[in-house]
Amino acid sequence: MPSNALIKEFQAIVGKENVLESEADRHSYSYDSAVLDPVVPDLAVRPTTSEELGKVVRLCNENGLPVTPRGSGTNLSGGTIPSKGGIVLLTNALNKIVEINEEDLYAVVQPGVITAKFAAEVAKRGLFYPPDPGSQAVSTLGGNVAENAGGLRGLKYGVTKDYVMGVDFFDVNGELVKSGSRTVKCVTGLNLSALQVASEGTMGVFNEIILKLVPPPAANKAMMALFDNVDKASATVAAIIAAKIVPCTLELLDNVTINLVEDFTKAGLPRDAQAILLIEVDGHPGQVAEEAEKVVAICKKTGATEVKAAKDEAERNKLWEARRAALPALARAKPTTVLEDATVPRSKIPAMIKAINAIAKKYDLTIGTFGHAGDGNLHPTIMCDKRDKNEFHRVEQAVDEIFDVALSFKGTLSGEHGIGLAKAKWLEKETSAATIAYAKALKKAIDPKGILNPGKIIGG
Amino acid sequence: MADLHKLAQMLQELDDQMVACMKCGMCQAVCPVFAESLNEADVTRGKIALLENLAKEMIADAKGVQEKLNKCLLCGSCAANCPSGVKIMDIFLKARIIVNTYMGLSPVKKVILKGMLTRPALFNSLVSVAARFQGVFSTPVNEIIGSSCSQWLSPVIGDRHFLGLAKEPLHSAVPSLDSAPGASGLKVAFFPGCVVDKMFPRVGHAVLKVMAHHGVGVYLPAGQSCCGIPALSSGDRDSYEKLVAANARLFAKGRFDALVTPCATCTATIKELWPKFVDGFDATTKAQVLAMSEKAMDVNQFLVDKVGVTAVDKPTGGTRVTVHDPCHLAKSLGVRKQPRTLLGANRDYELVEMAEADRCCGCGGSFNLAHYEVSRSIGRRKRDNIVASKADVVATGCPACMMQISDMLSQAGDRIAVRHPVEIYAETID
Ligand SMILES: Cc1cc2nc3c(=O)[nH]c(=O)nc-3n(C[C@H](O)[C@H](O)[C@H](O)COP(=O)(O)OP(=O)(O)OC[C@H]3O[C@@H](n4cnc5c(N)ncnc54)[C@H](O)[C@@H]3O)c2cc1C
Ligand code: SF4
Ligand code: SF4
Ligand code: SF4
Repeated sequence: MPSNALIKEFQAIVGKENVLESEADRHSYSYDSAVLDPVVPDLAVRPTTSEELGKVVRLCNENGLPVTPRGSGTNLSGGTIPSKGGIVLLTNALNKIVEINEEDLYAVVQPGVITAKFAAEVAKRGLFYPPDPGSQAVSTLGGNVAENAGGLRGLKYGVTKDYVMGVDFFDVNGELVKSGSRTVKCVTGLNLSALQVASEGTMGVFNEIILKLVPPPAANKAMMALFDNVDKASATVAAIIAAKIVPCTLELLDNVTINLVEDFTKAGLPRDAQAILLIEVDGHPGQVAEEAEKVVAICKKTGATEVKAAKDEAERNKLWEARRAALPALARAKPTTVLEDATVPRSKIPAMIKAINAIAKKYDLTIGTFGHAGDGNLHPTIMCDKRDKNEFHRVEQAVDEIFDVALSFKGTLSGEHGIGLAKAKWLEKETSAATIAYAKALKKAIDPKGILNPGKIIGG
Repeated sequence: MADLHKLAQMLQELDDQMVACMKCGMCQAVCPVFAESLNEADVTRGKIALLENLAKEMIADAKGVQEKLNKCLLCGSCAANCPSGVKIMDIFLKARIIVNTYMGLSPVKKVILKGMLTRPALFNSLVSVAARFQGVFSTPVNEIIGSSCSQWLSPVIGDRHFLGLAKEPLHSAVPSLDSAPGASGLKVAFFPGCVVDKMFPRVGHAVLKVMAHHGVGVYLPAGQSCCGIPALSSGDRDSYEKLVAANARLFAKGRFDALVTPCATCTATIKELWPKFVDGFDATTKAQVLAMSEKAMDVNQFLVDKVGVTAVDKPTGGTRVTVHDPCHLAKSLGVRKQPRTLLGANRDYELVEMAEADRCCGCGGSFNLAHYEVSRSIGRRKRDNIVASKADVVATGCPACMMQISDMLSQAGDRIAVRHPVEIYAETID
């Protein structure tokens, strides 16, 4: 517990109302969206200006107090669980959009800006910010950068890192480090912005982020294809890309998911379909019409039992309804929902789904899989009850095995949810001992006391 | 001090419902209280985590949890948006019963709930005394809204611009009714609810006028009690049961097709909460409560779905009216179209939608008393949206919302009238 004197110092920096010290308040910052045990912080502190943010970090370093930055706490890997105690540093009051530059196509934001609000502000000006994590209605841009969040549009438009032009962040001494620039091209100095992306709060505390904006596509067209086996669906994904068409979204739902969505929405999905692909192409109207036609033809050729194309916005919405319902449907099936994000090269999707189904059988679990087929990022979702110790132990074993398989296919531990506490022990398996040593040396140099979100990514 | 172990055991009852929360945080997007404070303990996910930890005896400060639990509008916005389908309102109400019973009610609430609300006759006479004297103490501030403010009362009510109590409450003007069905062949029981009875009798009169016009018989028994939500949401199950049982006995004497209320909160309470909190009643009362609950219906919905009121073809417009969707009407009962249809039936009006029409106005019953500042900033956003719609009138199907919105508009000096959709529809009938 920090001393009263230290609490007073925090209060002097951010004001009394922004230092949350009651037991009830502290308990409500002990968890995030990951299914992990909570850890109660000593204090939660909420700066409302950049200056305060820097001072808070500095004060923590001076006192060797761990700092866990927290946006909205929606990460799925325990990145905001204050596992070593200390303070939870709330960034959600740093929520100003500093600038949206329509001439040079960039924006400058504070880290606590809500993703969807930002995207809407940008859209109002006729521009486009593509990264759209499923949590965008609540996630913060700081959290998105720190996790390198992706979304449904990853295949064509890339993920958060493809839009980060610069990050200004505080080092442990509370000094402001500038990186990147407002120009499209910039090779000045080390690429420190890139170091911050996916750093999960372990390498610095973001103060301002410069994000790239793009012009929005003029038209789009959505389609749904049904398959009686997963291999055919995967072959379709490959064939679409091989035909030099890059859809903006290419999503897959497996049979377990289809059935649960159908239970939940009664939308009329065929329960015996083994896979559904949801495909959307966007761009210039002429190109969209042509590509949509080609996609339909490819689906038919690769063995889709049925292909539906949306005629208007209402039908498009209806098609996407199934995808939007996937998580709610899975989440309602059982008390605990363990959402993973094992990612494999696209060509390995059928093998991965087969392996996941075998693992489900082996451990007697229900696993629904949906996700971003276009970029190989699958979300095997295990439906269980964490109170059932025996079952939850099987879940943990199954998760381990899912990672093993993903790695054996030259995939990765996490496509978008991050490493955090949850997967730190796996890192060496995907990388190497030297990778960890290098990262640790880097961390030691910039954060000698180890106060920045300790225990995350590289453990320790 | 309460025995924590016992409190924890009682809370474990809720475990099956609480475990469904996957801590995804999506409730943050819609919670009006969280939007003001940005504190996790003020949003559903935080409250559930606190209750879980209290149940596991990981928290010692039960009072702190009680405070967080009570700092909630019970607006149901989070429940309507929860991907996991967590039965949030059930959890919160049950937890309030457990925690507040255990920790005790505040003295003010005790007087209001136990001393006044459960004694309708006393309640009515106190209110009528207050109504007679209020003119002496308050100054009218906005004649379009009909609000006043009172320096005399400011220690209790702050600088609210409250609506005066009606000179003549509905129960004095129309003590009781029992008319036969006319042309429609339908008969309703009419449950005006406390706020309509005492503050907006004009809404009650509008309902009666409309029913008479459509040949709908009305059963309005004397001696009605409050629907019970103030007691239930304060965790005072005793008072709640007294109120509900009294109503059930009273209404069991009439015959009717539907029980109609002009108050979104009353309808939602009778329809959705009454059937959930019946364990404490004997078999007869339970049956009466359930029968009443089954027949409960919002008045807008009744007029459109049952009586068949439709919008006119070519409205001439003139008066711009915008609609605030009360949480209990839109989110709990799914009634969104019917109030708009009803307004569309008056050709002198033109419907203009405001932004965030279904965002909570911030009233939340006693929340407004306990957390006036938060309630006021939530209400200000509602006010800003109303003003931005450039409406002359804002219509809403919940008298509690009418009070809150009146306060907000009046404080800002806006000249926008606050009406119930039924009032505007009633204008079409001579
Ligand atoms: C229902 C649901 C759907 C989701 N869908 C997706 C999806 O489609 N794609 C995806 O990629 N993820 C998804 N996620 C995961 C999660 O929403 C993302 O990781 C998101 O980016 C987290 O944002 P946040 O603001 O909640 O960050 P938090 O969870 O609060 O924090 C995440 C990390 O960022 C760090 N951090 C926060 N602010 C700062 C700062 N100012 N400086 C330094 N570090 C900081 C934290 O320390 C932490 O390590 C989903 C989660 C849920 C619950
Ligand atoms: S939206 Fe529902 S499941 Fe998600 S955190 Fe809130 S209450 Fe829990
Ligand atoms: S009921 Fe309303 S105020 Fe209460 S937690 Fe849910 S959204 Fe927030
Ligand atoms: S009175 Fe206001 S707070 Fe209550 S339901 Fe109506 S909108 Fe929500």
